[in-house]
Amino acid sequence: MDHFPTNWGRPRNDLSDAYGTFPLAQRPYNGGKDMFAEGVKHTQQPIVTGTSVLAIKYKDGIMMAADNLASYGSLARFKSIQRLHPVGKYTVIGAGGDMSDFQYIQSILDDTIIEEFAASDGHTLGPVEIHEYLSQIMYARRSKIDPLWNSLIVGGVKDGKRFLAYVDLLGTTYSASTIATGYGAFIAQPLLRKAVEGNENTLTEDAAMAILEESMRVLYYRDARSLDKYQLAKITADGITVSESRHLQTSWSFAEGIRGYGAQTQ
Amino acid sequence: MPDMNSLAHPQQHQFNPYTENGGTILAIAGEDFTVIAGDTRQSEGYSIQTRYAPKVFRLTDKAVLAVNGFAADGNMFVKKVRQRLEWYRHAHAKDMPLRAIARLIQTMLYARRFFPFYVYNILGGIEEDGSGAVYSFDPVGSYEREACRAAGAAQSLVQPFLDNQIYFKNQTPAQDTSHPVHLPLHSVLALVIDSFTGATERHIEVGDGLEMYVVLARGNPALQSLQDLPGAEEVTGTQAEERVFVIRRDLKKD
Repeated sequence: MDHFPTNWGRPRNDLSDAYGTFPLAQRPYNGGKDMFAEGVKHTQQPIVTGTSVLAIKYKDGIMMAADNLASYGSLARFKSIQRLHPVGKYTVIGAGGDMSDFQYIQSILDDTIIEEFAASDGHTLGPVEIHEYLSQIMYARRSKIDPLWNSLIVGGVKDGKRFLAYVDLLGTTYSASTIATGYGAFIAQPLLRKAVEGNENTLTEDAAMAILEESMRVLYYRDARSLDKYQLAKITADGITVSESRHLQTSWSFAEGIRGYGAQTQ
Repeated sequence: MPDMNSLAHPQQHQFNPYTENGGTILAIAGEDFTVIAGDTRQSEGYSIQTRYAPKVFRLTDKAVLAVNGFAADGNMFVKKVRQRLEWYRHAHAKDMPLRAIARLIQTMLYARRFFPFYVYNILGGIEEDGSGAVYSFDPVGSYEREACRAAGAAQSLVQPFLDNQIYFKNQTPAQDTSHPVHLPLHSVLALVIDSFTGATERHIEVGDGLEMYVVLARGNPALQSLQDLPGAEEVTGTQAEERVFVIRRDLKKD
């Protein structure tokens, strides 16, 4: 939005000012001059990035999945990065986007948990509080035009209540029974919704694990920034477990039969 | 022709602090009641983020606020309005009157004139004189009191329908009759439901669920019928004379 009344109703630039309605060759700059503008640099793009995170509600709690890859552009740079991070005893956060920003977020949350523990006031932070805190941080940073370039999923169980919600670099939040970030929002989300919506209270652990594995496999087939090595996090009333890295079984033999995209002679 | 200034620096894609999260809100004032409604879908681009993210919020027992536009700004704005209303209650031992809330919202929005909350607000409720009222705002605080207003993704579909059905625009009354100035609650609710089913049919960003808040003025004769309405839930906060109800309906999820 252009905030300067003198520019209102004028063509956006002289390229489109076919009738010369604006007297100056260039639009005026009304702002002050910042001598140090060149020196101040904010995160304006993610560098080392993680791709999708998937999460669903099921009978006993929340299950989350993310692969172990941190990419540097199209380079598969780090292949054993953990993108699921337990916070306290009831919550796991999963992150896509810039991994250095994610590590910063981890350190903030870990400090907060220690601080809350030291208070020993009989209160502990659950997923609801952690999500609220995180969304205020994310919104505050976007309002400074210096965002933390992540999309985060917060999942957990506390006092018998399941909680699953999302927050991203704009401070946008929502809660749903299935959430997928990044490419997963396009490819995995429909599969997850089909399996979970309406079955949140009946879906077993094995079924939840199976649907997440299948979604991760589909993502590995279609998302060029993904990896066939992933981890699962499970949050139930019994606590948090983050699995060891798992390997996806895939089959590429069908590729031989595809005709028409490559340089085949026939 | 590109100017030399922009050529001097490499072209960078800039961070955009805003997005649009779809959905539509609507409010209609009756003589002694107001209906404030919104769908519950939240989306970004072609993706549905969630099927249930409320856009309509009870502020007091006589004021309900609907917000639409950039969801993060909307939630933050509602949070800040509520905080100001709480301070007012602590200072004056009563709820802020509707017209005062409207002016408060104007100043809060205009305070951010140069980094606006990208949110269209519609405030509905009961005025101190007991009349139903709707105030509508633009993102920087321009506002007016109206009888009805639609905003959001399907504003251009819903508002003309309301102009025709509430203000009777382009309708000629039958011989020796005149159009009613105020419609009764049941016809207003029917119009709201029709507006949203229509918008759901024709706009991809509208659907999933409908939340209708009804604020009744003290002694409203419609109270009994509302209490008997299946699915209507009373959400009045205190033993105030105004009564607030929510009615929820499903909308198509495709």
